Amino acid sequence: MATLTSNETREFLVEKILKNHSNIFDKGTLEQLSIIRRTKVVKPVIYIGMGTCGLIAGADKTLKAVEKYLTDHHLKGDVVRVGCLGLCSSEPLLDVQLPGKARVSFHHATEDKVEDLLNSVFHHTLLTEKLLGQFTSDTLEKWPGIPVIEQLPYFAKQHRIILRNAGIISPFLIDDYLANGGYKSLYKTVLNYTSDKVCEIVDQSELRGRGGGGFLTGKKWLITLGTGSDKKYLVCNADESDPGAFMNRAIIEADPHRIIEGIAIASYAIGANDAYIYVRSDYKQSLIILENAIRQAKEYGMIGENIFGSGFNLSIQIRQGAGAFVCGEETALIASIEGRRGMPQAKPPYPAEKGLFGYPTIVNNVETLANIPSILENGPSWFKSVGTKESRGTKVFSIAGMSLHTGFIEIPMGMTLSEIVNPIAGGVKNGKLLKAVQLGGPSGVCIPKQNLETSIGYETMHEIESSIGLGGLIILDEDACMVSLAKYFMEFLQKESCGKCIPCREGTRRMLQILEEVTRRPKDETTHETLERFKGVVELENLAEVIRDTSLCGLGQNASNPVLSSLKWFRDEFEEHIFDRKCQAGTCHNLRTFFIETEVCNGCNICQKKCPENAIIGSIKLPHFIIESKCTGCGICFNSCKFNAIYFK
Amino acid sequence: MQFDVDINNQLVTAKRGETIKNVLDRIGIHVPTLCYLPGFSPTGGCRMCVVEVDGISELVPSCSHPVTEWMKIKTHSPRVLKARKVLVELLLASHPEDCLYCERSGLCGLQDLAGEMNIRERKYHGKRQNLQIDKACQSIVRDPAKCILCGRCIRVCDEVIGVSAIDMIGRGSETRIGTTHNKGLNAQTCIRCGQCIMVCPTGALTEKSNIQAVLNALNNPELFPVIQFSPTVPASIGEDFNIRASKDILNLLRAALKKIGFRQVFDTSMAADFTIMEEAADFIERLGKHEKLPMITSCCPSWVSYLETFNPKLLPNLSTPASPQQIMGRLIKNYISTSAGQKAENVFVVSVMPCTAKKQEAFLDRMKDETTMNVDAVITTRELVRIIRLLGVDFSSLEPEPIDPHYSMRSSSGNLFGISGGHLEGLLRTIHFMMTGQEMSMLKINDLRGLKNRKEARVRIGKTTFKVAAISGIPNVKALIDDIEAQREEFSIIEVMACSNGCINGGGQKLNSDEKNLKARMKALYDVDDEEMIKVAHKNPVVVDLYDKFLAKPGSERNRELLHIQRKTPDTL
Repeated sequence: MATLTSNETREFLVEKILKNHSNIFDKGTLEQLSIIRRTKVVKPVIYIGMGTCGLIAGADKTLKAVEKYLTDHHLKGDVVRVGCLGLCSSEPLLDVQLPGKARVSFHHATEDKVEDLLNSVFHHTLLTEKLLGQFTSDTLEKWPGIPVIEQLPYFAKQHRIILRNAGIISPFLIDDYLANGGYKSLYKTVLNYTSDKVCEIVDQSELRGRGGGGFLTGKKWLITLGTGSDKKYLVCNADESDPGAFMNRAIIEADPHRIIEGIAIASYAIGANDAYIYVRSDYKQSLIILENAIRQAKEYGMIGENIFGSGFNLSIQIRQGAGAFVCGEETALIASIEGRRGMPQAKPPYPAEKGLFGYPTIVNNVETLANIPSILENGPSWFKSVGTKESRGTKVFSIAGMSLHTGFIEIPMGMTLSEIVNPIAGGVKNGKLLKAVQLGGPSGVCIPKQNLETSIGYETMHEIESSIGLGGLIILDEDACMVSLAKYFMEFLQKESCGKCIPCREGTRRMLQILEEVTRRPKDETTHETLERFKGVVELENLAEVIRDTSLCGLGQNASNPVLSSLKWFRDEFEEHIFDRKCQAGTCHNLRTFFIETEVCNGCNICQKKCPENAIIGSIKLPHFIIESKCTGCGICFNSCKFNAIYFK
Repeated sequence: MQFDVDINNQLVTAKRGETIKNVLDRIGIHVPTLCYLPGFSPTGGCRMCVVEVDGISELVPSCSHPVTEWMKIKTHSPRVLKARKVLVELLLASHPEDCLYCERSGLCGLQDLAGEMNIRERKYHGKRQNLQIDKACQSIVRDPAKCILCGRCIRVCDEVIGVSAIDMIGRGSETRIGTTHNKGLNAQTCIRCGQCIMVCPTGALTEKSNIQAVLNALNNPELFPVIQFSPTVPASIGEDFNIRASKDILNLLRAALKKIGFRQVFDTSMAADFTIMEEAADFIERLGKHEKLPMITSCCPSWVSYLETFNPKLLPNLSTPASPQQIMGRLIKNYISTSAGQKAENVFVVSVMPCTAKKQEAFLDRMKDETTMNVDAVITTRELVRIIRLLGVDFSSLEPEPIDPHYSMRSSSGNLFGISGGHLEGLLRTIHFMMTGQEMSMLKINDLRGLKNRKEARVRIGKTTFKVAAISGIPNVKALIDDIEAQREEFSIIEVMACSNGCINGGGQKLNSDEKNLKARMKALYDVDDEEMIKVAHKNPVVVDLYDKFLAKPGSERNRELLHIQRKTPDTL
């Protein structure tokens, strides 16, 4: 079959695939489609995971190495840049698909490995050391004895709706998305449904906002639909700023057209003709991909004037956020889009009634909008069949921290946290024990081991005084110090507070001060300061309560969560810091002093040279000593000792 | 639509659209506030006004939260009181706590709140912040350490004055009220109106004090200190000494100033009469040539600096006479004191103004040699009160000092400069006389009176009817200019004052003034116009005399040099 030019491909995809209601195709069309989908290839195709995680791991160098390999060996092959499959800790991922054979994937494919890996594939003897597995396929010949990716522990328990295309298709090509059934929901929606009907379908699906609030999306849309304003706006919130959360970025980088389709449907539903995507400016790759995707969608007529001849117009603009945590709050985000300082406004009035430039505005998170095309495609009852009664559908989590695998996953609501930790994340690495799971970023909570059997859902999480938040999940091992962690989040919030309301601006500063006093060097403390420290600790919960009660926006209201939850579940550890002035984990520098095991020390003298405080004495080849009063606990000697002679108390 | 709400277990009727605070104000329940400003959109920033509402898990700010049916509100429950107390304690944690030395002591919103909350010890100890005080501007001093970030100054600067010279910068505990590039206020678009000082609850914003310079001059035997005072000073200074504003206070003020040691006491209203004469001639000349119309008044220095910065293309329309303060200074230095045998360089002219921008104006407008000032020191009404107290002058036991017929005769037209619309009223009286040779039949123009930010009137002079407008507050002028540019409106003369309602509400007036004070000041000025014998500038005997002896006829070349001003665009960031 002859290859199509780009115009012909577009014509084919729009006219024959998108506009075909029945989804029944003749043989020729199917054949053509399978070529575009790359289920049938005539020359080798090499896929490289080029999300931000891949790029950091060196995917661009891998790409160059692959291109060089192909020219050097005079091979004709296609190189396709794809998003992340979800296994960020195994990037760069390199997939190869030979004609007639199943697509096979390698992990940690850095540039120096490319030659060996590709040689092994082309010689049909796969290098098992870096092998991740092969993708299932009905039509292609399987590699014998190679595990199937979908059955790996990391993927087996996932339920991928939003991430269906992640790592599989190219985020740079709208053709890939169209060939896999993309924009069909939009086509169906604008031609067959009224705005009310769309809102009704989403309302019936009981989809809840994935940005953290968990408000019913359909209900919110209906409020804006009912305002009767002549102008409305839709804003896609991609200002993901929780430390440890990166799933929105991954969704954008893996499947941008799904979000554009979601935005288009949502805009149609509420009657908006202008939509904004608010992206952090530090998400460079996301911006490149989104800009490209919007341009392609416009060229193909998926957005723009008179979409599919329905009379519905939509323009989508990108706004870059300068990286303020508070701009994830919808009113602050709106202020930022308007060009004002990103500070939250008092609610009510809610943006759904009076938002951007004073008009009704819906602000939806990336993940919420990414759910919309599938809901419209399969109907509300299909969506309700996944998840639990209170929390329908799936949730995307990003896993960071001390687990074996880190990355992002999509699981059905109702799964327990311990299932995520093991088998999905592969448990804690380096043989350490699990201590807790931090969920929801700086506004989130620490969930101790004993509560990990709770099923994930908006209500169930609430019962253990927690919340799903945006979906950032950090796995903490036994070496984590809960006081340090609470201090870290408090410092983050204190710096990111917009400064508008007193409790958040001044209160977080005082809470941080108290936590800093708890981890202050005991030697430097005067009697008066010790008294102040105890007073502070007594005050901590009191202060937390007032901050939660009186803060203007969610940032302040939830600012005390990390501290309160750690205090509740890890009170012993706090008390150890406060009363014994000890930090078991050794993370709090000021609470540790180092000692040298004289029997082990061979007098190599390295520690003495490196000590910035001149706290180590000793002659060469004789055991050294640390002067306790001079030691600041920095740990440089500990890290430099090759004989494990240094320990701390 | 009306409905009932339950406030502290009492049923109260409320209307849809009202905020909780509106209802509380109506029924006389006081909740403390820091960021709330009547007449402004609430920001809900300070959280002091929080109340407990059944069914809402957090406390809600009463200033911005609308009442809804059957709401159950508790305004002073233990939970609310605790929250408010902690909030004030948090503010105090990083406050310099130098109340003894603070200019605002006794008039400070934060001090009041700490008292109200019964705070008797410092609960949280923040680090003392070493923040730079911005003294770069001639009029306003900013001390960020005392700032509690209520944001009132930002809102006044944006919503009433319309220049947005300040805004919040930085994040978290590093948040400050700052300027462009965090430079001094002198290099900003600030027009020095001082309204920010008026709304600041603490001592973070103050005028740049000239008290010491004045005291030095008074004690320097080589200098000949003289003083002039704006017409609003006698109208408002009585408030500080518990004396009702009336005609007598003028003579008491004169007596006080003499007692302090000023050798001659001038009334700026007299200079205003000169401004009227020159401006009237200016207008008639423009009318004859059909150019540079509408004429826009230039006696408000804030307004002039606004135009120079934001809309220089309208500068030709600005009337050219100097402001009354500067005319007074020029006349004193060039004629009045010299004819009394004093050398110009020895005369030290102090001026008392209800205004902070006048400090800047005096600084910029100098004599030809660029070093000698026409007005050497400008103090605000507040500073004068401090000097009177410092020097132990007992206002109530003073013997009234009569008017010096040579120097301080005034017409009530000049006196009306103190209120928006008054300048225009006085100006029209003289224009009418100059154009027709007759006095106006009705001197009082009611359309130009009262507390309103946009006042318009049609005045018939000879065969022509002129449409005039008196505007206060820059955004209102912007609207008017838009109207003119879109040719929806046509005016002959526009009087502009930057502060809402004019100088009676100026940035140098008594702190914590309210609308009652404004009305009293306004009444005092209108009363003078009713009672005074000389009601028009051109009949002021001093004016007539000086035009005879020293000046040429109004609008002439010689007067242009002496009484008018050349304008240039200033540099701002």
